[in-house]
Amino acid sequence: MLVSLAHGAGGLQSQEIVRDIFVKRFSNGIIDRMEDSAVVDLPCDLHGSSLAFTTDSFVVNPVFFKGGDIGKLAVCGTVNDLCCVGAIPLYLTMGFIIEEGFCMASLDKIAESIAMTAKSCGVAVVAGDTKVVPAKAADGIFINSSGIGMVRPGVHISCANARPGDTVIVSGGIGEHGCAIILSRDDLGLESEIVSDCAPLNGMIGKVPDTMMYDSMIHTIRDITRGGLAAVLNEICGQSGVGMRIFENKVPLRDDVSAVCGILGLDPLNLACEGRVVMVVSQNSADAVLKALRSHEYGRGAQVVGEVTDDHRGRVLLRTSAGGDRIVDMPSGEQLPRIC
Amino acid sequence: MMEGLKEAAAKGFAAARFEELVKKGHGRTFSIMEVCGTHTMSIAKYGIKTILPAGIRLVSGPGCPVCVTCQGYIDAASDIARRKEVIMTTFGDMVKVPGSGGSLADARAEGADVRVVYSPLDCIRIASENPHMQVVFLSIGFETTTPATALMIMNSRRLGLRNLSILSGNKTLPAVLEMVASDEGRSIDGFLYPGHVSVITGIASYERISDRFGIPGVVTGFEPMDILHAVFLLLTNIINGNNTVINAYSRVVRNEGNIKARTITDEVFEACDAYWRGIGKVPGSGLKLRDKFKDMDAWKIFDMIETESAEPTGCICGSVIMGRASPEECGLFGKTCTPDDPSGPCMVSSEGACAAAFRYGR
Amino acid sequence: MCLAVPGKVISIEGGTGLIDFTGVKRKASLELLENVTVGEYVIVHAGCAIERLDEEEALKTIALFKELSGSDDI
Repeated sequence: MLVSLAHGAGGLQSQEIVRDIFVKRFSNGIIDRMEDSAVVDLPCDLHGSSLAFTTDSFVVNPVFFKGGDIGKLAVCGTVNDLCCVGAIPLYLTMGFIIEEGFCMASLDKIAESIAMTAKSCGVAVVAGDTKVVPAKAADGIFINSSGIGMVRPGVHISCANARPGDTVIVSGGIGEHGCAIILSRDDLGLESEIVSDCAPLNGMIGKVPDTMMYDSMIHTIRDITRGGLAAVLNEICGQSGVGMRIFENKVPLRDDVSAVCGILGLDPLNLACEGRVVMVVSQNSADAVLKALRSHEYGRGAQVVGEVTDDHRGRVLLRTSAGGDRIVDMPSGEQLPRIC
Repeated sequence: MMEGLKEAAAKGFAAARFEELVKKGHGRTFSIMEVCGTHTMSIAKYGIKTILPAGIRLVSGPGCPVCVTCQGYIDAASDIARRKEVIMTTFGDMVKVPGSGGSLADARAEGADVRVVYSPLDCIRIASENPHMQVVFLSIGFETTTPATALMIMNSRRLGLRNLSILSGNKTLPAVLEMVASDEGRSIDGFLYPGHVSVITGIASYERISDRFGIPGVVTGFEPMDILHAVFLLLTNIINGNNTVINAYSRVVRNEGNIKARTITDEVFEACDAYWRGIGKVPGSGLKLRDKFKDMDAWKIFDMIETESAEPTGCICGSVIMGRASPEECGLFGKTCTPDDPSGPCMVSSEGACAAAFRYGR
Repeated sequence: MCLAVPGKVISIEGGTGLIDFTGVKRKASLELLENVTVGEYVIVHAGCAIERLDEEEALKTIALFKELSGSDDI
């Protein structure tokens, strides 16, 4: 069975799709009421906190890839954005724009994936919307997700807080999501075991002791998405007005991801992740943060990769495996395979 | 064995070894031209120039096939790509290169069917799956890549495909290297020769250069240790006045090259004159399809001619490509000419001298 | 102008080999070489094996590179 324009027209078929797929999969007492807006309670122990609010849209192609799908990505992306300001994620919305002719079974699979991922990280999908557009007006399915979370008083995590002397940590191997997407393209003919690192990271970040969050030892958390590690490090340097020195030998990278990059001429520093963060922390807290991340399944590969510096402000300098130095530039445009 | 090789080759060795050598040169600056765009990339990526002491100058040469492709080629490609019956296939390197009227990426945004392939052989599958479309492959590259394209042509002919053609822009290196070697204004003391081109060609043409012009050379690979070791060997020879060619990449390069690959290339292509962007006409340095393959020649099928156009005022790419000037000496570098908005060929490709200097060296 | 990577031939069908590049596999044409056998290492550019890796030379290279980098502090 296929999704038709009738499913987005607001009538009987719209009700069916909402009831039989979305409410059925997301059922949590709030969305089931099917009101025009979700009215939610905030946990008592978070009174006095600030509200964190984010939105993101997901257009990944292909929709299903090794290690995940667009639904899982939507939950992880929004949850991780909230974590990056030190928020505890609570509630998400999911807005769907579906191309006429999209397979209903695939839509149900995506909804199931959203539900499972949300449950695994303790958030609830409380509101949603569905629109159907004519064939070719969208690429299969697009999802917009908004999320709210609470930032407890005393927690100040910001991209502008990195300071000279801080330690830079990456929570795991880079470029795995980017590779999984590239490998899902049959026309490049590559086969491997690489799966997307797509994961919700609130549980992992929650392992960092609360005291560190309140004592301002954790300065910056930034999730690595499109643009890869290179983009995030440059953003932090730019917004904090600092420099960074990173060591190539310390950046965690799987051998097979490195092989894909070698074959296609890609730079792993520019490849997307969807379940990795950069944390910039005070030097004296680095060991404890590393231990905390590694105690969680999504942080086993966490490594110290470098430090924040006072010189070459706004630039990221890489000490290469050969012992030379080079700039890590902000990536620009689409990453394309090359032969030269 | 592979893991051991990769690990050993990824390291570097200390500047001190070079400093001893440079002292023997009594304060002279040594200029070494690395010919190949992939070497330019590796040198930038590993920060090789920051390891070498002052006194050793690495200069980029003309071996960047994307950089030296004329705007007229891109314009012809864009014209063909926009035709409704065409699927254009290309290496990723060419997609963002601007012609006088935009790039292939621009053509794609306007609805042209432009597909990136990793191998020319993938075009056979695309042509078989789309019998009512004309598949046109943008054939660029030097001697490393041309055999793969030649193989594609021969296999396509054998399979009886009627809807596959190439727009040939392939070039060969020896003539342009001799141009650099014989350039009166040159200050090149030695050449780092391209490891993978040499896999195909062998080292004979480099030995001719060293015999005729007295310039030593080293054939080397692309890992940091390959490059550093080769610079060390080359410098030693320059200082000792030893004008020989060393094959320092013997784990893959045979001195005689790959004869079978050259035979296959020769079956399909023949030499012609070619225009190198920034340099001009280099006689005998181009490759075109032999007459027996004219039904696969997109220049003929679409009745196209490759035109040459002048570089913008102030662009000194011609001098940069020939090793006479460095990117930083160009008045446009980093100001009006950047990788996102390139004025000349050395900035258009990520392995061009100016692009590498901009991205990795500022 | 020549990104090429070494890999191990793990199976051959006609003129095409399946090559293993440290856990990533891809088919490559073996038609530019003679008599390639399973287990050999080849260097692959644009989907074609352009030469064999000489194992003896490779081992010598590893030893040389280790010696050159081993005593230096990077």
